[in-house]
Amino acid sequence: MINFVLQRLLQCIGVVLALSIVLFVGLWLIGNPVDVLISSEATEADRQAAIVALGLDRPIWEQYFNFLVNAMQGDWGTSFVYKEPVTTILLQRLPASLELAFVAFFIAIGFSIPAGLYAGLKPESSISKAVMGFSLIGVSIPTFWQGMLLIVAFGIALPFFPVGDRGDVATYFGITSSLWTLDGWHHVLLPAFSLALLKMSLLIRVTRAATLEIVRLDYVKFAFAKGVRPTRIVFVHILRNALVPLITVIGIELGNLLAYGVITETVFSWPGLGKLLINSIKVLDRPMIVAQLTYTALLFITINFLVDILHMTIDPRVRSVMGKRAK
Amino acid sequence: MSEQFFEVEGLNTWFFTRAGTFKSVRDVSFNLKRGEVLGIVGESGSGKSVTGMSIMGQVEKPGKIVSGSIRLDGKELTELSFDQMRKYRGRRIAMVFQNPLMTLNPLMRVRQQMFEAISEHENVPAAQMRERSIAALKAVGIPSPEERLEAYPHELSGGMRQRVVIATALLMNPDLIIADEPTTALDVTIQAQIIHQMRSQITDRGLGMIWITHDLATLSELADRILVMYAGAMMETGATAEIIAMPRHPYTSKLLESVPSNNEPGQRLKQIRGTMPSLLDLGEGCAFRSRCERASPACEISPPMRSFSSTHHAWCHHPIEG
Repeated sequence: MINFVLQRLLQCIGVVLALSIVLFVGLWLIGNPVDVLISSEATEADRQAAIVALGLDRPIWEQYFNFLVNAMQGDWGTSFVYKEPVTTILLQRLPASLELAFVAFFIAIGFSIPAGLYAGLKPESSISKAVMGFSLIGVSIPTFWQGMLLIVAFGIALPFFPVGDRGDVATYFGITSSLWTLDGWHHVLLPAFSLALLKMSLLIRVTRAATLEIVRLDYVKFAFAKGVRPTRIVFVHILRNALVPLITVIGIELGNLLAYGVITETVFSWPGLGKLLINSIKVLDRPMIVAQLTYTALLFITINFLVDILHMTIDPRVRSVMGKRAK
Repeated sequence: MSEQFFEVEGLNTWFFTRAGTFKSVRDVSFNLKRGEVLGIVGESGSGKSVTGMSIMGQVEKPGKIVSGSIRLDGKELTELSFDQMRKYRGRRIAMVFQNPLMTLNPLMRVRQQMFEAISEHENVPAAQMRERSIAALKAVGIPSPEERLEAYPHELSGGMRQRVVIATALLMNPDLIIADEPTTALDVTIQAQIIHQMRSQITDRGLGMIWITHDLATLSELADRILVMYAGAMMETGATAEIIAMPRHPYTSKLLESVPSNNEPGQRLKQIRGTMPSLLDLGEGCAFRSRCERASPACEISPPMRSFSSTHHAWCHHPIEG
């Protein structure tokens, strides 16, 4: 187990390094940011001065090396556009994105697993059919469209929820978040539901499919034949086995929630990271792009790592295979 | 020991699907004494497994026990609710399934799966559950049972897993064990060992066992009596020696002829021509008539029971006379 964890950590570092090189070279190929940054009336001398100031006159490997050394010390450079350190800007925006993503995540999980399990156990019941209908609608409507529908329905026609922005924030334990205030929760629920809808619908389907498959397996029949109570069979035998495929999907979906909330953030004018990335790409704000893409990559690597660990905790077969491979 | 403690009478289990009603088990009756092994033999689709699941009260939707009676020590089981029946499953009637690789939950230790078979029925301290589990594992010939208790299913071989399943079935000291092709998926040598061990458990403990199989050859070594089923109905029943030596029903006789060891070496294996009729459009009459060499217009009517001894009966218009 420990062998495996160490090995996996080394792999992660390798992946991050490889990714940073790809990013760096890719951006270098895209074009010179100086043309975007300086005004069109600037002289050639001004242009050269800007290039030197930004360190763009150095060879690319030297630029990369400088970036890497600084990045490891926590300095991700200064945004070309905002003229502020990238880390400061990101840290301002990150909590908003994170809180939206986590609320959406818990809404999605909290609803989809019980609903999917029920739909798998009682596929013929009318509640299951309603659940499946709901999930079909959920996967079919584009996110931006259902977001606008939700705003019209629950923000304007029936003004249950405020629309736009984050609400009051408060700081506890050094974390500034709107989740510490009631007003913040009031603001976050509608966009979080909108963000959760697609994931929820997908997870309902995955949970139901896994449950349907497991219910007819012999070990479930054998558990019944031993006289085990149905509730125990559902939670100990069926749900635990259904979690094996589910965890993979949940991991991917969590990553997507954290990294690609851009549509929902735009529709609900949520001051998160999503919009920032799009804007940075538009104006070729290199340090911002690099930092955000690295953040996304780190996110997925961390989640995949956690998914592997969870798999090993739940499934002894994975544990023995991984254990052997690590040796 | 010789009283009939378990009786099935006129059992009908049908499946109501969109395509129509599949009459998987039709008017099946048999009984069992303590210490006795009844073999139910038939091809796939003969209704032998559905009979087992009916006894367990575990017929899956859209299937249903339409009529008939299943009595254990005089207690009518078909009238029990699913939850009342739960107290019988595992405790009074245990079941062993066909594929040992699939019968154990892959995520749970053997210990957890055995303990659960006890703790769902009675409140026993863990130490005692452990003792009983180890004793049961020993009884089915598992070496170093203490270690096996902590194993996960994937760490055990197929034969070992089936022994664990059988030990689990024996844990509550049930009155009846239903074994649905428990050795079909195993090597022949292991098959023989397991059959031997089960036979001695049945005799020692005075349990009744229903051994469901398609393999007449193993039954001849194991069963006291045999019930031959075809397309959901009983064809013939009798003491093992009677059935093997003097089959009365043409189907039983064909079944015996198709056992490979009864064939001359180098000869083509004997087959029964044709295929089983669909359970969907079974009308009146003998279900085997479409494949039977002795069939006549009389076979359009359901055949009566013919008795050849106090134990030997066949349902046939044209039985093979001795």
